[in-house]
Amino acid sequence: MLKTARRLCAWMLGFTCLLAAGGALAEEVERWKFNMTPGVTPISQNVYSLHMQIFWWCVAIGVVVFGIMFVSMFLHRKSRGVKPANFHESTLLELLWTAIPFAILIMMGIPASKTLIDLYDTEKSEVDVLITGYQWSWKYEILGEDVSFFSKLTTPTDQIEGHASKGVNYLLEVDEPLVLPVNKKIRFLVTANDVIHSWWVPAFAVKRDAIPGFINDAWAVITEPGIYRGQCAELCGKDHGFMPVVVEAKSEADYQAWLAEKKAAAAAIAELTEKPFTFDELYAKGEEVYSRSCAACHLAGGQGVPGVFPALKDSPVALGDINHHIDVVVNGVAGTAMQAFGEQLSEVDIAAVVTYERTAWDNNMGDLAQPIDIYNHKQGK
Amino acid sequence: MAHGPAKGLTRWLYTTNHKDIGSMYLWFSFAMFFLGGIFALVIRAELFQPGLQIVEPNFFNQMTTMHGLVMVFGAVMPAFVGLANWMVPLMIGAPDMALPRMNNWSFWILPFAFAMLSSTLFMTGGAPNFGWTFYAPLSTTYAPPSVTFFIFAIHIMGASSIMGAINIIATILNMRAPGMTLMKMPMFVWTWLITAFLLIAVMPVLAGAVTMMLMDIHFGTSFFDAAGGGDPVLFQHVFWFFGHPEVYIMILPAFGIVSAIIPTFARKPLFGYSSMVYATAAIAILSFVVWAHHMFTVGMPIAGELFFMWATMLISVPTGVKIFNWVATMFKGSMTFETPMLFSIAFVILFTIGGFSGVMLAIAPADFQYHDTYFVVAHFHYVLVPGAIFSITAGVYYWLPKWSGRMYNETMGKVHFWLAFIGLNVTFFPMHFSGLAGMPRRIPDYNMMFADWNMISSVGAVLFGAAQLVFLYNVISTILSGKKATDEVWDNPEGLEWTVPSPAPYHTFTEPPAIK
Amino acid sequence: MKLAWPDKPTTRLALQLGLVGCGMFVFAIWIMPPLYDAFCDITGLNGKTGDKYQSVASKIDTSRVIDVQFIATNNDGMPWKFSPEIKQVSVHPGEQTRINYVAHNPTDKDMVGQAIPSLVPYKAVNFFHKTECFCFEQQALLAGKDAILPMIFIIDQDIPKHIKTITLSYTLFDVTERFSKDELLNMVHEGP
Repeated sequence: MLKTARRLCAWMLGFTCLLAAGGALAEEVERWKFNMTPGVTPISQNVYSLHMQIFWWCVAIGVVVFGIMFVSMFLHRKSRGVKPANFHESTLLELLWTAIPFAILIMMGIPASKTLIDLYDTEKSEVDVLITGYQWSWKYEILGEDVSFFSKLTTPTDQIEGHASKGVNYLLEVDEPLVLPVNKKIRFLVTANDVIHSWWVPAFAVKRDAIPGFINDAWAVITEPGIYRGQCAELCGKDHGFMPVVVEAKSEADYQAWLAEKKAAAAAIAELTEKPFTFDELYAKGEEVYSRSCAACHLAGGQGVPGVFPALKDSPVALGDINHHIDVVVNGVAGTAMQAFGEQLSEVDIAAVVTYERTAWDNNMGDLAQPIDIYNHKQGK
Repeated sequence: MAHGPAKGLTRWLYTTNHKDIGSMYLWFSFAMFFLGGIFALVIRAELFQPGLQIVEPNFFNQMTTMHGLVMVFGAVMPAFVGLANWMVPLMIGAPDMALPRMNNWSFWILPFAFAMLSSTLFMTGGAPNFGWTFYAPLSTTYAPPSVTFFIFAIHIMGASSIMGAINIIATILNMRAPGMTLMKMPMFVWTWLITAFLLIAVMPVLAGAVTMMLMDIHFGTSFFDAAGGGDPVLFQHVFWFFGHPEVYIMILPAFGIVSAIIPTFARKPLFGYSSMVYATAAIAILSFVVWAHHMFTVGMPIAGELFFMWATMLISVPTGVKIFNWVATMFKGSMTFETPMLFSIAFVILFTIGGFSGVMLAIAPADFQYHDTYFVVAHFHYVLVPGAIFSITAGVYYWLPKWSGRMYNETMGKVHFWLAFIGLNVTFFPMHFSGLAGMPRRIPDYNMMFADWNMISSVGAVLFGAAQLVFLYNVISTILSGKKATDEVWDNPEGLEWTVPSPAPYHTFTEPPAIK
Repeated sequence: MKLAWPDKPTTRLALQLGLVGCGMFVFAIWIMPPLYDAFCDITGLNGKTGDKYQSVASKIDTSRVIDVQFIATNNDGMPWKFSPEIKQVSVHPGEQTRINYVAHNPTDKDMVGQAIPSLVPYKAVNFFHKTECFCFEQQALLAGKDAILPMIFIIDQDIPKHIKTITLSYTLFDVTERFSKDELLNMVHEGP
């Protein structure tokens, strides 16, 4: 509350305040942002100039129409003793104000159509990325490279609930951003696993609906290296506001290095899966995985939300057969909000979180699942 | 059926009198307006600052859904039907609506529909949380159990609207006083006639959409489920085939109200009456071929995008004609600025701003940036709040003296206007900025770069809400203790409604009036 | 009382309008979906590929090469392993090509899956013909079993010149609940 009051005060002092503190604010978020980003792709720059062009047309029309209105409201008032005129028809005027807007529309529509045709030309791409929307994360797969991973929000719950101060990229930060090379034509193939999502990066002017069962395409040539942030743009359920898109554009060499690193990491995880963990290792890791992937619904204390998300504390699943517990996490529960985590989490993560859930909050089962168990479960053994 | 109303509760239950039913519609919509407003304030309170403070995300989604549904189907549409009930017979010299018993029925099923809809808030799993556009599969496979009640509520609302529309068409076509030719009808009657045809054409489509949902959920069909050969995008096409005409249903009667008020206070006849009629018809017809502009990002062939972009831009031509006609009506008039006029002028200005952002949204490539952001939220609130809500408010101030026989307090009316006007702009104008800066709609929490605009919006929302309390006070105090109104109320207004005494007697035009 | 004016024409009008309303309801449920499907067929909207194609003898246009990419997605709650054997082939228009997807049911229950095809760019949809495809019918897989799912396609020689790449995606849905145990077992016996 106090913070809010302080912000309100800051307004009253106006922009001078912000200017004075300019240096200190270098780290701060860009405040009072009020226009569309011109972006970093040829298309996004076209879109931006279209936007501005139409905006100025609207301003011009507004000035004329509202100008006449205000002049009339000032001059033609009864209090000035004006006698009303009695005209109420003019075919010429009606024709004029049908024809002029029509002409303006054609002037707006032609460049727009050109940009649109450009925007649809997805041919001759150099990098193809398959993007799959999940409730509530994105999965990226670089086609032909065998690189595939999930990208999830990393903003801690403490920041969201106001127990910690919010970082600059609050709600716009992920564990693994999508890395792309600059100056290459990139084609985005967009689909979804459950409900409709929409993949949006304002700096690329790319927004495509991700629809389960169907595939959509869009493209971009990123001209500048940098980190670009966006969000899911189609209501997709509870955590619609918590599935950001982060894209890191790098030079070709850095991009290749990233690909190599990704492949190495995938190999390392495969190896880890073979190695047994101690209970403490699993429990500690499980706590972290739980708060990242499960606490949004089942809550930090495992108490769930009655009637919506079942409690895990004292739940028959956590206190029952461990294989069933693994199955629920890996495959989800059909017809409920419990999704399948088999693809989203690594074997190690699932083993850890199952171990954690069985012992935390006085569940006290004390047994543990090893990554190899999860691997075998997924293979149906 | 004597000459006065029956006494007690049964008067309202059994009434077939268009004035009684009109009043009930208006009070009902007023109540729903406050209910929807409370939902809106919950949304704005949560968005006052970044972070989750008040509600959890799932409940936030229920609030956005319920706010939309209640405002569209509970506040705006019944208010227009209420105004039509009161004013259409008075304007065309008819003794009552053509189908008075159906009239009673079409009102009385509404409270049940909204009781059912509101009850979902208390069900396990909560109220519908998939947005008022309820896109499948979020609203089918992934919906809370209350979705079935939502579907039935929509069915009942649809039935009510269709019956209301049939009644209005029958009244206008069959009950005009001798000499009241179609091209002599007041604009309000014309716009409602066209709206009623739109209603009959598209409300059944909405009913069809929710019926298909119902069958997908409970009877194993797959209209919208890709697994069974259906298509979730089909839902969007069906929905917007209803949805786009629906937004004109919520604005055309507003055009009619404003076209009645501006000439009265400019003391000059409406400019370009026949072009107004044709423009309204053109808007209505075009509304059937632009629906997919709500779906530019869904993945359409380029030809489809181009067609819907151009067709949508075309709508601005007849809409522009209407705006220019109103300005020409004001021009060289002898204007006074009583509350109804203030609301009407604000309507013209703010609706035009909403029209501008509409043209921007029509530009398909730019829409890829605007779509599903707060820019869209700003756009449709600029069209609907000053459009529908302000025109209804203007209509209430304009005709309240005729209905109640008492004059409202002009100062209080002006207080209401300025509070609402400032509140509205403070709430919705910053949304253009947060949207362009990249804030998606329907999110309960956001990055700090959107914080300032959101805080301003929330402050404005409280102001706008407070303004409506002034409105409620004004209406009640006018009815209870306003000064006696004259029969003409205003300075030489046009229309048959001003030829009957104030308050309008229970039965009017039992003998058809003579039309000049 | 002169309250009631002649109401015969009114009743008739109300009935007519009511019929129009019912007509629009019928239109929404029984006409719009097939109309939409037909529209999709013509325009290739949503990339739904057509039904079984009767191959006609056609010559192979060796002057052109088109890359065809294959993608597999599992829908929510579908635990099968599902992927194309090879991720990309280069073909000449008119050439008949066979590729395989592989599926594995890792669970301990018998299941039925339905693959839904989708293809970009939309302009290529009507030039991509399948003479045989596992997506034409549901696939049943017993617990723990594997299957090879074949698909044979021909790209029409009339395909627009500018199309160089076609991406074909299959999304696999779990439709086990729509079938009884017997139906499922029958499917397995008749299946490939």
